[in-house]
Amino acid sequence: MRDWRYHVGENRDTLLAFAVFLIMFGIYTGNHPAGFTANVVTTAANKGVILALVAMAQTAVVLTAGIDLSVGMIFLLANCLASWIVVGSPGMTALGLLGVLLVGLLCGAINGLVVIFGRLQPIVTTIATGAVYFGLALFLRPVPGGDVNSELADSLTGQLPGGIPASLVVLFLIILTIWLPFRRSEIGRAVYAVGSSEAAAYMSGVPVRKAKFVAYCLSGLFAAMGGLFLTFFTYSGEASAANGGAYTLYSIAAVVLGGISLFGGKGSVIGAVFGALMFRTIGDLLFVFDLEPLWQPLFQGVVLLLAVSLGSLRLFQIRNRLDLFG
Amino acid sequence: MSIFAKSLIRHIDPAVAIAFGCIAALLLFGSFYSTSFISPAFLLQQLKVASFLGIIATGAMIVILLGQIDLSIPWLVAVGGMMSTAIVGWRSPMGEVLAIPFGVLCGVAFGLVNGFAVAYLRIPSMIITLAVNAVAQGLMVVHTGGFSPQDASSFAMRFLATGNSLLGIPNALLVWAAVGGGATFLLSRTVFGRAVYGIGNSERAVYLSGVRSQRIVMLAFALSGGLSAFGGVLLAGYASKAAQGMGDAYLLPAIAAVVLGGTSILGGRGTYLGTIAGVILITLLQSILSVMQIEEAGRQIIYGVVIILMLLLYGRERRVQ
Repeated sequence: MRDWRYHVGENRDTLLAFAVFLIMFGIYTGNHPAGFTANVVTTAANKGVILALVAMAQTAVVLTAGIDLSVGMIFLLANCLASWIVVGSPGMTALGLLGVLLVGLLCGAINGLVVIFGRLQPIVTTIATGAVYFGLALFLRPVPGGDVNSELADSLTGQLPGGIPASLVVLFLIILTIWLPFRRSEIGRAVYAVGSSEAAAYMSGVPVRKAKFVAYCLSGLFAAMGGLFLTFFTYSGEASAANGGAYTLYSIAAVVLGGISLFGGKGSVIGAVFGALMFRTIGDLLFVFDLEPLWQPLFQGVVLLLAVSLGSLRLFQIRNRLDLFG
Repeated sequence: MSIFAKSLIRHIDPAVAIAFGCIAALLLFGSFYSTSFISPAFLLQQLKVASFLGIIATGAMIVILLGQIDLSIPWLVAVGGMMSTAIVGWRSPMGEVLAIPFGVLCGVAFGLVNGFAVAYLRIPSMIITLAVNAVAQGLMVVHTGGFSPQDASSFAMRFLATGNSLLGIPNALLVWAAVGGGATFLLSRTVFGRAVYGIGNSERAVYLSGVRSQRIVMLAFALSGGLSAFGGVLLAGYASKAAQGMGDAYLLPAIAAVVLGGTSILGGRGTYLGTIAGVILITLLQSILSVMQIEEAGRQIIYGVVIILMLLLYGRERRVQ
């Protein structure tokens, strides 16, 4: 345990996000009329998990020093697709789940291929592919509607014995079975290397293209999982451009709050999860303090503005004025 | 080949040439579909619609030339529209006069926040402009109560956006011509313009050459905010009132128009002529898709695919080794 100091330092931002979230959530449940009950926690968890998954999708790409402005649209597409195919007998439902995840993976793969082999900027690419994914979602659901296997939906958004929210357990399992093995694999390290310095990574023989491709695929997969959860939560599919745009924006906010560097190579998906939970709690805090719902977008915007401004604190560490323009 | 022709070819940006080629191809394709597609009246109508996008894209281009990006376009457009109509709502003679300048100034104010954060606080523009966009949205939701504001636009706004001048040329087109002329002059003939291109290539070098680069960056964002809001003012004049989300449909087209016009998204390279080509290209593409009566879903898909394909044609970065 000699190197605990190193590990704490390395994960400082993640721990900070966790601490701030705990405090906020404490204030929230403390002021909630129903108090700290299993139902309050489950509702908060369900809303948080949807955003957490989209934020994880954003993180995968941000770690490579890119950005994915199509996560919200992949999320919508998954939601609309799930409202068609995640129905019927358990076998059909399982096939449907697989189909939705595959489509998400495919969307991420397309983003990755265009960015890597097309040599286009991630930001322009994903704005354009986002339009395509939104078009597909709109094609599937011109008007809101559809259905989902309600047994599955209820069990995944309900409570386990003991009042533990099932969605949190699923999120935990996703991190345990997908993220942690990825992070510890060679390709996961390559993603961090590419984000820190692509040129240095290339010179060291790191598989740059493969790392980027996997990151984008993972992003599509996580976004599709978020879309699935939205479907379980609302029992329907809806292609709303405003909703897709909002989730893209919130995912970036969650990533920033979670201590992930937008310059790439630094941070963890776990930070993004707490960033997402924190962002959701901020919105809910307004509710328990009886502020008008009308003020919620402004409040969230101001919090986002302040959170991203915190990043400029690093300016105090700059020794050479020229580093400003690096 | 004569020396003149050779130098001409060297001076024409291939991206701009391809963009104009695509415009010609779209017109040809459209004329097969319906002969009215190449009638002067239709083309003037297209240019009028393109003017709004053109004005907004001008601001987007200046910021992209810096190597930054302005994602606050959607709600700054709405700010322009809503604030100008709100002033008209006072129903005093001053309101009519102040409507346009006030709307634009509100956009400039938000643009200054963007610019200050990018230039002095060194926050990535992609993030801070998203945050400012969210704040602008929040303020407008509080201002309007979440509904479309009832205030109508002023006479001057309607005149600029919908009126026609001599020879039947739409006023909006003249406004775009003025904005475009100003932008061309600013970018190619002034110290500010030189500095914008310079910062796009290397801010460090520009700073070391004694230019106050941070001030230039802040001004560029203020200009972009003002132009977005001005676009919103004109749109409110066109529709005779402002609406929630009136700017949502302008972010992707504005950035796409600039990039399709051959401006490098990494900054430092691009001409205003290219942006004009990009704006007309995008407008024609949109109207062909709607003339062919393709549903919204199909339009989005084709639109995204076409933009990716065109970018693949000439928007690629150089291979890094």
